[in-house]
Amino acid sequence: MTELERYKYDVLVIGAGGAGLRAAVEAREAGLRVAIICKSLFGKAHTVMAEGGAAASMGNVNSGDNWQVHFRDTMRGGKFLNHYRMAELHAKESPDRIYELEMWGALFDRTKEGKISQRNFGGHEYPRLAHVGDRTGLELIRTMQQKIVQLQQKDAREYGDAQANIRVFAELTITEIIKESGKIAGAYGYWREGGNEVLFEAPAVIIATGGVGKTFKITSNSWEGTGDGHALALKAGANLVDMEFLQFHPTGMVWPPSVRGILVTESVRGEGGVLTNTLGERFMFKYIPEVFKDKYADNEEEADRWYLDQDNNRRPPELLPRDEVARAINSEVKAGRGTEHGGVFLDVSKRIPAEVIKKRLPSMWHQFYELAGVDITKEAMEVGPTCHYVMGGVEVEPDTAAAVGVPGLYAAGEVAGGMHGSNRLGGNSLSDLLVFGRRAGMGAAAYVKSVTAVAVSEASVKAAADRIQVPFTNSGGENAYSLHQELQEITHNLVGIIRTGSELKDAIAKIADIRARSKNVSVAGDRKFNPGFHLAFDLDNMLLVAESTAKSAIEREESRGGHTRDDFPGMNDKWRQVNHISSFNGQEVIVRQQALPAIPKELFDLFDIHELEKYMTPEEIAKGGSN
Amino acid sequence: MARKVNLRIWRGDSTSGSLQNVEVDANEGEVVLDVIHRVQATQMGDLAVRWNCKAGKCGSCSMEINGKPRLACMTRMSSFEEGEEITVTPLRAFPVIKDLVTDVSFNYKKALEIPAYEHPADLGPGEARMEQIDVERSQEFRKCIECFLCQDTCHVIRDHEENKKSFAGPRFFIRIAELDMHPLDMLKNRKRTAQEEHGLGMCNITKCCTEVCPEHIRITDNAIIPMKERVVDVKYDPARWLGSKIRRREGS
Amino acid sequence: MSGVFSPSRAEIKERTLRTDKWWLQPLATFGVLFSFVIYATFRAFEGANYYADHLISPFYSPCLSEACVPEATIGGWTPISAQVFNFALSPALIILIFPLGFRMTCYYYRKAYYRAFWMSPPACAVAEPHKKYTGETRQPLILQNAHRWFFYAGLIFNIILTYDAIISFKNKEGEWGHMSVGSLVLVFSTVMLWMYSLSCHTCRHTIGGRLKHFSKHPIRYKAWTTISKLNHSHALFAWISLFGVAFADIYVRQVASGAWTNFYFF
Repeated sequence: MTELERYKYDVLVIGAGGAGLRAAVEAREAGLRVAIICKSLFGKAHTVMAEGGAAASMGNVNSGDNWQVHFRDTMRGGKFLNHYRMAELHAKESPDRIYELEMWGALFDRTKEGKISQRNFGGHEYPRLAHVGDRTGLELIRTMQQKIVQLQQKDAREYGDAQANIRVFAELTITEIIKESGKIAGAYGYWREGGNEVLFEAPAVIIATGGVGKTFKITSNSWEGTGDGHALALKAGANLVDMEFLQFHPTGMVWPPSVRGILVTESVRGEGGVLTNTLGERFMFKYIPEVFKDKYADNEEEADRWYLDQDNNRRPPELLPRDEVARAINSEVKAGRGTEHGGVFLDVSKRIPAEVIKKRLPSMWHQFYELAGVDITKEAMEVGPTCHYVMGGVEVEPDTAAAVGVPGLYAAGEVAGGMHGSNRLGGNSLSDLLVFGRRAGMGAAAYVKSVTAVAVSEASVKAAADRIQVPFTNSGGENAYSLHQELQEITHNLVGIIRTGSELKDAIAKIADIRARSKNVSVAGDRKFNPGFHLAFDLDNMLLVAESTAKSAIEREESRGGHTRDDFPGMNDKWRQVNHISSFNGQEVIVRQQALPAIPKELFDLFDIHELEKYMTPEEIAKGGSN
Repeated sequence: MARKVNLRIWRGDSTSGSLQNVEVDANEGEVVLDVIHRVQATQMGDLAVRWNCKAGKCGSCSMEINGKPRLACMTRMSSFEEGEEITVTPLRAFPVIKDLVTDVSFNYKKALEIPAYEHPADLGPGEARMEQIDVERSQEFRKCIECFLCQDTCHVIRDHEENKKSFAGPRFFIRIAELDMHPLDMLKNRKRTAQEEHGLGMCNITKCCTEVCPEHIRITDNAIIPMKERVVDVKYDPARWLGSKIRRREGS
Repeated sequence: MSGVFSPSRAEIKERTLRTDKWWLQPLATFGVLFSFVIYATFRAFEGANYYADHLISPFYSPCLSEACVPEATIGGWTPISAQVFNFALSPALIILIFPLGFRMTCYYYRKAYYRAFWMSPPACAVAEPHKKYTGETRQPLILQNAHRWFFYAGLIFNIILTYDAIISFKNKEGEWGHMSVGSLVLVFSTVMLWMYSLSCHTCRHTIGGRLKHFSKHPIRYKAWTTISKLNHSHALFAWISLFGVAFADIYVRQVASGAWTNFYFF
């Protein structure tokens, strides 16, 4: 056993995706020493998969846009379950965050006037998404990665060491967040490459680990989306909010099997892509819910006209929020009108000339051509829902991104909850991670400057080290790969896109069973870059996430956004006032109800009262906002 | 419709290693990475391989397949003949860590050596105006997913370890080109330092980097050669040299 | 041990594991270029059979030596003595350095001959046999940076060869308005030379590539866009124009030596 590596930093950022990097930049610029932990190589984070764009109401394409409209769209998309303050901050601050990226060298697509171009997206009233073709996430990551390199170059000039104040620890897994006397003291983990262990002492830890997709069988997420941050936060005493809400992106690839789940960007529909079933029927017109009737076209002619004249026509129903489209596709397939591979058709080839498709959707063309042998300029794509995003996450204070109940712990990006309510709008995640990444960096910096760091005790170090050793001391135990597969089957079949009470009950029991068996996982080989060993830890995280999801889902007896109950179809105003809070007692996840913070009057008044009546109880309407 | 395929996978670490034969199922529509994962889940639980998105977007699963640098997630099994043996090795230009995983830290060191973008001091948030035609050239280079296949195939460092000190490699030549062509970048001496500090002159434009790029970035034609021409502008153009001499004399 | 056999790299004894016929392309390049060099050398020293009936071989144009056949010169202009350094130079040797230099420093041919002749590398991901490598950083290869000057010289040659192609529309008696197979051969060769020059990377750079802001120079941007498209096929033009020139020379030689008869269409 090699000696334990020890580091001391002011702020430890777990996760090097968009939120983590943005937080790190902010904390560093506040004068602090920052460590960034990255489970894979630097710059490979799942953020690169975001295609469509970052929503910000700059009003470059339609000057009617402003933060109030963006706020309304976000709340509407989340079915009013969003934390109003997060949605407000997000809508107000995202334009500045985009401009900031431009000042760091990002090159967004341009309008004719040379401003940042913005594109249409589901649920957004105006063209709002700043984008670079269909690889916007890559642009964000690369820009922030290069910003960090720039900060390091500055430190190299000033201190002779590029890593003096900001260092990236690539291919390192954090297994535990350590608290001493109720406050954050650091974190413990191991290098994936060699398996040797590392202790970080830091008074503030920012969790920015992204999502949980790998808990499910069909997902657009990479192997990294194993809910590490959700689980680390739970174990550190933080709460998760509304874990029942998972977004199934309506359009994932369905064929061939090896690419099942890989994302087909919403921009395909934004650019004019049409969904049809095997009867050739453009079926989305049948699925426009009551609450959206006045915003979406109910006939093909008007929908087609919208692409040319957006002011005088309602938008095509293909651009409904993601939960609606996903459910519609699911229903079509269930009704026997799907393809043999269980999807529906998405076609751009009939509307858009081939060269325009290749220019506007280059990576989609590439992805289908290389992975499925389909030329999307000539043929339709086959698509179906795929687990894409978790709306639920760590419960935070909106202004500082501080995790509720754990001094020194912060969370930003997909791992944080509340911002998106029951359903996230496309494009709101990239802006979310910029806005709240920065706020987490600011929040952590202010906290660090106000407290004295506590040292990590040797007892905590030993406990963390012992835990890492477990899979090697178990012999002849369970195989992590097969347990993971079992878990994915359960979540897919019982906690998936359509849920019922009895299946959820079944799922909770089965997840508990896997969790019990997982204590006995054993690993072949040694610690050196051993994927079986890595999975043993990821599995534990995924199990906790699945448990919170199933337990929150069985409580919520209504259908809303990313949570659909077959036995309770339709929204229920009573449930709109409730958040589900998951906590961990050391043995199992406990879910309790908590009142959703009420919208203050000035935000309440931004809405048309008739719209609010669709979501709120008469008493809430009568109150007219909280103050 | 599973078929059996024969794989030769390189297993080992920095001290020793060898190609090991394994027989494994391959299903319709699968890529090499799927098959490697199957080997991992069923036969070699500790087989080390890097991967992330499995959609050709993150550039993690770089390796050499039948001797060619490729992304395992973008190499379809159907591209091989029935019964063809498929050899999979780690990247051969970088130090090996274990099995198919190599130490690519060279690239991150080089990234630190390229001076960052410099924004005009007088342009505040939202004030920048750039034309689409002016950003397109740099946007091509920003498609780079940092798979480092170009760095791996480049003979300047693949075949000459000692050149690693003085050669940034194709990935960072496109970074330099991106910044030099950025409509707003204020740093002036990128051309000269490309030649004098980052080893642009070492490149003999044999185009292997362009051939392996999974993003189809035209590295040589659109970045390296234009940069070489820009270097000629500032360093090797006799007319300009003469002109600058005369101007200097007039100025003094 | 260096390169792929360095101790830190994965231990694999083969210099490549490629299973395709990677050696085919460099071998073919070597064969063709080598044959061309042999033929061109022979012709350059031959000093005869380069002119017949208003057809002049591109290897000998412009013919600047006092030794030139008078009809092959530019209006009888022969600034160069027949005896240079007391040595009888073929008129071709005086001028061939320019087209040769243009092709030697061409970004495409560099790739072709570095691979085929110098095996640096022989093919992608195939270990090269050299112990040391310094690229184009020092003498003599740093002279590759003079490509631009050969490009300009090449343009002058293109103009002269265009003039030659026009002259070929005369009949034996020197009357205009006639066309022979020889005219077609020279026109084809000259057009391909223009395509080769225009599609060249230096041309692309000079015409617009060097600009930072295309939007401020719309005409140059348009020209750059067109040349960029041609540039995609630069390698193709490089080969076609090479064969075109060689065939033009062969044709003139055969006609001049009386082996072939130049057929007149009208």
